[in-house]
Amino acid sequence: MSVSKEEVKYIARLSKLYLTEEELEKNTHDLSSIIDFANELSSICVDNVKPTAHILDIQNVFRKDEVEPSYEREKILQNAPTKDAGCITVPKVVE
Amino acid sequence: MREDYEVIIGLEVHAELATHTKIYCNCTTEFGSDPNTHCCPICTGMPGTLPVLNEKVVEYAVKAGLATNCEIARFSKQDRKNYFYPDLPKAYQISQYDLPLCKDGHMDVTVEGKQGNYKKRIGITRIHIEEDAAKLIHDAYTGDTLVDMNRCAVPLIEIVSEPDMRSAEEAVAYMQTLKSILEYLEVSDCKMQEGSLRCDVNLSVRKKGETKFGTRTETKNLNSFRAIYNLIEFEANRQIEELEKGGVIYQETRRFDDVKGIGYAMRSKEDANDYRYFPEPDLAPIVLSEEYIADIQNHLPEMPHIKKERYVQMYELPEYDAEQLTNSKKIANFFEETITHWNNPKAIANWIMGDIFRKLNEAEIEIDACPIKPKDMAKLVELLDKGVISSKIAKQVFEEMFESGKSPEKIVEEKGLVQISDESAIKEIVTKVVENNPQSVVDYKAGKDRALGFLVGQVMKETKGKANPKMVNEMLLEILNQS
Amino acid sequence: MELYRFTLTEIAKKIKNKEVTIHEVLDSVFSRIEEVEPQIAAYITLMRKEAYERADYLQKKLDQGEDIGVLGGVPIAIKDNICTSGVKTTCASRMLENFVPVYDATVIKNLEEAGAIFIGKTNMDEFAMGSSTESSYMKKTKNPWDLEKVPGGSSGGSAAAIASDMAFAALGSDTGGSIRQPASYCSVVGLKPTYGLVSRFGLIAFASSLDQIGPFAKTVEDTALMLNVIAGHDKKDTTSAPIEKKDYTKALQNTVKGLTIGIPTEFVKEGIHEDVKQAYDQAIETFKDLGATIKEIQLDYIKYSLATYYIIATAEASSNLGRYDGIRYGHRASDFKDIDDLYCKSRSEGFGAEVKRRIMLGTYVLSAGYYDAYYKRAQQVRTLIIENFKKAFETCDVILMPTAPKTAFRFGEKTENPLEMYLEDIYTVPVNIAGLPAISIPGGFDHEGMPIGIQLIGNAFGEETLLQIAYTFEQNTNYHERKPNKI
Repeated sequence: MSVSKEEVKYIARLSKLYLTEEELEKNTHDLSSIIDFANELSSICVDNVKPTAHILDIQNVFRKDEVEPSYEREKILQNAPTKDAGCITVPKVVE
Repeated sequence: MREDYEVIIGLEVHAELATHTKIYCNCTTEFGSDPNTHCCPICTGMPGTLPVLNEKVVEYAVKAGLATNCEIARFSKQDRKNYFYPDLPKAYQISQYDLPLCKDGHMDVTVEGKQGNYKKRIGITRIHIEEDAAKLIHDAYTGDTLVDMNRCAVPLIEIVSEPDMRSAEEAVAYMQTLKSILEYLEVSDCKMQEGSLRCDVNLSVRKKGETKFGTRTETKNLNSFRAIYNLIEFEANRQIEELEKGGVIYQETRRFDDVKGIGYAMRSKEDANDYRYFPEPDLAPIVLSEEYIADIQNHLPEMPHIKKERYVQMYELPEYDAEQLTNSKKIANFFEETITHWNNPKAIANWIMGDIFRKLNEAEIEIDACPIKPKDMAKLVELLDKGVISSKIAKQVFEEMFESGKSPEKIVEEKGLVQISDESAIKEIVTKVVENNPQSVVDYKAGKDRALGFLVGQVMKETKGKANPKMVNEMLLEILNQS
Repeated sequence: MELYRFTLTEIAKKIKNKEVTIHEVLDSVFSRIEEVEPQIAAYITLMRKEAYERADYLQKKLDQGEDIGVLGGVPIAIKDNICTSGVKTTCASRMLENFVPVYDATVIKNLEEAGAIFIGKTNMDEFAMGSSTESSYMKKTKNPWDLEKVPGGSSGGSAAAIASDMAFAALGSDTGGSIRQPASYCSVVGLKPTYGLVSRFGLIAFASSLDQIGPFAKTVEDTALMLNVIAGHDKKDTTSAPIEKKDYTKALQNTVKGLTIGIPTEFVKEGIHEDVKQAYDQAIETFKDLGATIKEIQLDYIKYSLATYYIIATAEASSNLGRYDGIRYGHRASDFKDIDDLYCKSRSEGFGAEVKRRIMLGTYVLSAGYYDAYYKRAQQVRTLIIENFKKAFETCDVILMPTAPKTAFRFGEKTENPLEMYLEDIYTVPVNIAGLPAISIPGGFDHEGMPIGIQLIGNAFGEETLLQIAYTFEQNTNYHERKPNKI
């Protein structure tokens, strides 16, 4: 396996995903086979090759610093599962 | 702090930029409105939205870079910093990773050390642009946390210093100088109490003579000079004590409670600081031309240390006064405008540093909110200089001006405070006072100087302080020495 | 003939000439939907009420002699990852099952201005991750040519809707073939425009540097008309190309004389089904007969496209999908002990297996210690692939390839092995890697009667040449006239 179970556990933590033991097994296997496949890139000589940053040759795409009306608060909070006092609420994170 | 240890400090300062709109959308950056009313789908990270960079953000960051002697990147890009936290709607912050807009700068600061002032050069590693996060508010009633996204995507510059500071004094001096430069540039309003200027302190200690750095801690979000000073003293001592006990310093993120004067480690935000930076595919690179940079350079305002020199040269002010007046651009502006109306720089400097500073402090306001305008301040000094009012009356008029915002002429007129300089009028009162206080005349003759003071006081009392004190003195002496 | 059978161009003309009312057109399409949708399951949301209201509005305008736009009154379907204000946009995910956008995507505004009527949001692979529409949390869309088979993906709902005449045109999105491959499986026309030609504002991002919105239609002409409406610079999308609007229908000339078509013979060899190969060879012959010059081309790095694609696409996706954390919108788990538990439970419940797999793969290739080996290297190989194409376009006008190596497969056939599913994209991903335009048009049928698509790849912003060649092929073949007989 090119990707270990421990590594899958680590990236699941980073991704904020819980995995059952079965999912862990399956993903370790699947990710390993995809990474094995992706490893074919390691054989290519990329010395002095610039990584592509953008497909289009674009630069300096800016907007003017001009205020436009914001959205109504109801719209901004419309899809939030819980709200209170004009805010979205989440379990305690500040002391 | 123990003499055998050295403390190593680096600061990461976040300054909210004074743009009208947020960094990637057209919502206003105005502070202090109802929660979630300065928001749109873009700054709240709704699915499908895309960022477009505010041109002023680049300009302001370049200004800050040039004013701190940085090298400005001709090619720069933005990157995503990925992590989960309820104040970060997209679960990534758009920031800059390996190609910041500015790097390799420095600032010269004057440090008020325990053995007197000294100058020191502090290196600036980099300045980059990024977006601010939402405000999280603790709801004491429900115990939940409330998310207010008004601050989301307000533009920030992060100014990262080299670990060049060796004491709390140096760190505070650095922070004060930086604040003053940013204010001069008008790129940030630097209101520390509103959080528009705040800093993270990286600190480690080592035995003197040691060349390797110790493990550092990072204390987040300090928003007053006092808090920075106190935290550094606290944290340096904590680390030294820990090491002396044979303990270890953990590389951790900490907070500081300035009221209680104690720091504590935060519960881990992320299991690991693996931010998975990668170039932001939704934004284009920033490519700056020589002309663009030169144009900003040529339009930079006079920086505080230059202004200070000028004050010393041009207005013959003492170094100390010049420093006090130029620390803040707003104060310097106030001073400069005042002296255009009445040319007595030293007297005006004294009024500003004395009475104005005292009143502003009491009222907890900044000079731009001062009820006394430069024109009226100048007038007050003019009235005093011309002898229209006495200095005692001037103080009284000043208080009234600060309360009511009225012009000094108006106050003087309304209250009949014009100084009595009419010789015959004063003479009449002086004569009366001398007649009514024979004992004092006797005392004076007996060589009791205090008696003269008493008599002057009586004249002033009679005239409600309006008599010209110089004339009163002269006339009293004349009469006393005659009789 | 039933109204739903007409092409977009034809029906728009009939409405404009008042041969039919918009109401009648809608009636026809909705009765068609009632008839076949239970078998096909192409739509996640139907917008019947909104559609009829808009029909009344447009008809009134038309009756008053006003211009109602080039798509005036024409029913159009929208892939369910394009934001429609006030109408659920789910990405076929449990995560966004009840998500209602508060704004319209730029393409939606464009279509609305052109007079289109939106009739529904189409099914897709969850967050556009898949090649069969099987990863949809909502439903299983069937291929109108064989109900036992997949319609392709990820825009399977849009392709199936057009193939079964449940809309006159549809929008899809294409990150690695998600328009072209289902167009090929369902025998309709599907165009992936040049990266930057169509605004991505309002397209729920899968992989930002690869995603592009494009049209599905019954004919090349209809496709050109749709492109006219959706293409154009948008100041809300930094990556939108600052180029002027064009009339692509002007490019529709029935000739390929003087044009050179590149054939990457070496690349189109492995893993290809015999019937697809035959159709491909037949297409080459057709173009030859029509007077085009056929030229063998060498694309040395193109074989690395798939590996490159899966690194870049998943890396970007892992970041783009971070925002689905159960806080501001989307699924939130019903019980949790703290914020971290809320995140993990909401995301684990809200995302399906394929989405999770790709998030983790993307997280892996970006994580500390692996960035250079995977993400950075993939972007370097991407540069090499782009150079390959650039060189090829120095000597040819378009490149001809099959759209997919095989025809539509059976449900469940490839779900167990993700890598095998990924291989379905081998001919389509190079185009996204290089940001080029490409079109899939009906190009034949296999021995079971399943459609085969052929793909033409153009130079950047070379949509006109691409459409001309596709049009000529269509005008000189009759594959596009065949309709599925199972429904």
